[in-house]
Amino acid sequence: MKKSVILGVATIAGLAAGAAAAGTADDVKARGKLNCGVASGVPGFASPDANGEWQGFDVAVCRAVAAAVLDDPTAVEFIPTTGKTRFTALASGEIDMLARNTTWTFSRDVDLKFEFVGINYYDGQGFMVPKALGVSSAKELDGATVCIQTGTTTELNLADFFRINNMSYEPVPIETNAEAQQQYLAGACDVYTTDASGLAATRATFENAGDHVILPEIISKEPLGPLVRHGDHEWGDVVRWTLNALIAAEELGVTSANIDEMSSGATDNPEVNRLLGTEGTLGEMLGLDANWAQRAIKVGGNYGEVFAKNIGEETPIGLARGLNAQWTDGGLLYAPPFR
Amino acid sequence: MSDVSFVRTEMLPEKEPPASEVGILGWIRHNLFSSWLNAILTLAALYLIYYALSNILSWTFESVWNANSLSECREIMMATWGDTHGHACWGVIKDRWLQLLYGFYPPYPAHPDATWSNPPETGGWPAYFRPNLTFILLLVSIAPVLFTKAPRKLLFVTAAYPFLLPWLMWGGSIWGPLMVAAGFAIGYFVYKLALPAAGSLTALILAIVLPILWWLFASGPVAVAIDSVIPIGIEPVQSRDFGGFMLAILLGVVAIGVSLPIGIVLALGRQSDLMIVKYLCVGFIEFIRGVPLITLLFVASLLLNLFLPPGTNFDIILRVMIMMTLFSAAYMAEVIRGGLAALPRGQYEGADSLGLNYWQAQRLIIMPQALKISIPGIVSTFIGIFKDTTLVSIIGLFDVIGLTNGIRADTAWNGVYWELFAFIGVLFFVVCFSMSRYSMYLERKLQTGHR
Repeated sequence: MKKSVILGVATIAGLAAGAAAAGTADDVKARGKLNCGVASGVPGFASPDANGEWQGFDVAVCRAVAAAVLDDPTAVEFIPTTGKTRFTALASGEIDMLARNTTWTFSRDVDLKFEFVGINYYDGQGFMVPKALGVSSAKELDGATVCIQTGTTTELNLADFFRINNMSYEPVPIETNAEAQQQYLAGACDVYTTDASGLAATRATFENAGDHVILPEIISKEPLGPLVRHGDHEWGDVVRWTLNALIAAEELGVTSANIDEMSSGATDNPEVNRLLGTEGTLGEMLGLDANWAQRAIKVGGNYGEVFAKNIGEETPIGLARGLNAQWTDGGLLYAPPFR
Repeated sequence: MSDVSFVRTEMLPEKEPPASEVGILGWIRHNLFSSWLNAILTLAALYLIYYALSNILSWTFESVWNANSLSECREIMMATWGDTHGHACWGVIKDRWLQLLYGFYPPYPAHPDATWSNPPETGGWPAYFRPNLTFILLLVSIAPVLFTKAPRKLLFVTAAYPFLLPWLMWGGSIWGPLMVAAGFAIGYFVYKLALPAAGSLTALILAIVLPILWWLFASGPVAVAIDSVIPIGIEPVQSRDFGGFMLAILLGVVAIGVSLPIGIVLALGRQSDLMIVKYLCVGFIEFIRGVPLITLLFVASLLLNLFLPPGTNFDIILRVMIMMTLFSAAYMAEVIRGGLAALPRGQYEGADSLGLNYWQAQRLIIMPQALKISIPGIVSTFIGIFKDTTLVSIIGLFDVIGLTNGIRADTAWNGVYWELFAFIGVLFFVVCFSMSRYSMYLERKLQTGHR
């Protein structure tokens, strides 16, 4: 009897199946919605609120792209992906872009046939220990028990770090960050290691956050960024330069507060003019209109504003800019010129 | 010698049994303290129960309801009890209960900006009534199947339910489900018309092929055409927005409802004398049973995407439904085959001697007995598949377990564990326990006294 349910919905699904159009950018415009893959829950980076609205640092990238391409920051279909499903979802075309704190590595770029369009967060693996342990450097961790997520790059980094420093450790394998918090608090391990942003977010949830310290050593490079499929360079350019627009806006002093004023007429700074479309034809080259970057920046402000709102020092996550400051402030953020 | 023999001439009156043997005291003595070893065990068990309950109850009831974040919960706990341990923070359930029950199902699909707490000016019922109504109709439609006392007219609801469910849940035009239903009507009439003219086999083939052609090529355009003339419908809801406990029930109901008939067919097919049918069924059952469910779910969510042409929008929930149904059907087939195997050969011979054909014998003699024997197995398969629906969180669907992760990712609730899982545990327990009690009721009712 209920077979009809399946047949019925299959028929509808079959009707909805359209032929694939030429490029992802055209697909997105035709669809009127951006399918953006995000994490199914990482504090500060992607999380649904009580009304089912997605919030976070990675989510902001999706919204900026949607605003640039579709003129509507809410025209995003957020597709939660897990560590296991994210790459297939992108490769199969289920999502147009993936913004799910994914580390840019050689094999993901080359072998898995993806294109990382940039870096929106420079992360690195760190260690958290209870203050009572009396450790001030990761070099003093010889013989420690370490809570470590299995099957991740952090596991390999940890092994490398202890081998290089000629130390031994005892791993306590755990599956998820939630489990790690519980194990660490219960004293099942002396040390918890994962990406430094994750450590900060975890520490922020502790009742007595002051009893735990994050050690100064960062033992790996984890450049996290949005990615698209190989081969569709027009679409890759759109996502890349939307991210660059956010970063450049901070460098050029364009904020959500003054963007209306700055874009109302040509300013003294020609690069600002080119970015905001009051001069030149950058938008046209990208296959968009002249105001694309204006819209992307208006959604949540420039990179710095997005950072401060979602993961910055004022939030419970409380991350300092660190490596993620502009190159003019001693960080690594360096958007190529808008010319 | 004098005769001193003494013979009592009347019975002694019955005495009350000793106080230590009757009443509560007697029961306690017999059941709890019948020997010193049992006495020790009793005391130890009592202490354990006390210890567990005193912790669990105080955790459950000495708790905080009115808080908007975990840190606020902790502040209230410190102010009230001077300690944050051993107190539940139910504020997270208060904040997110709608999400845990319905996922991201939009309360007002026509007004994307409206929320539960901020309804649109036009008013109206929140769309949550749709899943609620679907669930109530589910109870109504299975009542005549489950309870013989229920009015038989409810069977019409049962027949309509498979079409009502997708319409209510997904919304959209009513003509789509109606046109699908029309396919069954076409099959029925074709069979009736072709039977006298073309013989039973041809009629059967026609009755199967024509509706399939209708569904594949005609029903969609016809539904669209009628809808453009007489638009009747409700606001559509995306599959992506389905989630929470609603998703578990939806997947569970479809998997359970569809897998039973498929399972019966597979079980019969496996015992069939027709070689091709038999080996097809054996192959299907053994293949599905040899593969873990999570693998099938990965196939549904990932592999199918790679095989289908790019841009194909094959609904993820539908894919998961199909996989879960196939999975439970394979198990169901084996459970029912167990029931069939338990029937003595005489039953089959009895049916033959009455001159019943194969389907009559199955319907009137074999299946009622085989299904009765298999009830415990069938219900445990149901309960199993219902609980297995939580596995979909691994492929990125927001069922209740997936939602706990999403809720914890909110900085307000990062660090909340037990409250969420306790709530989910209660939800699942209620449903699974009801199923289990029903199966026991059914077994008692169908007890025909063979032992």
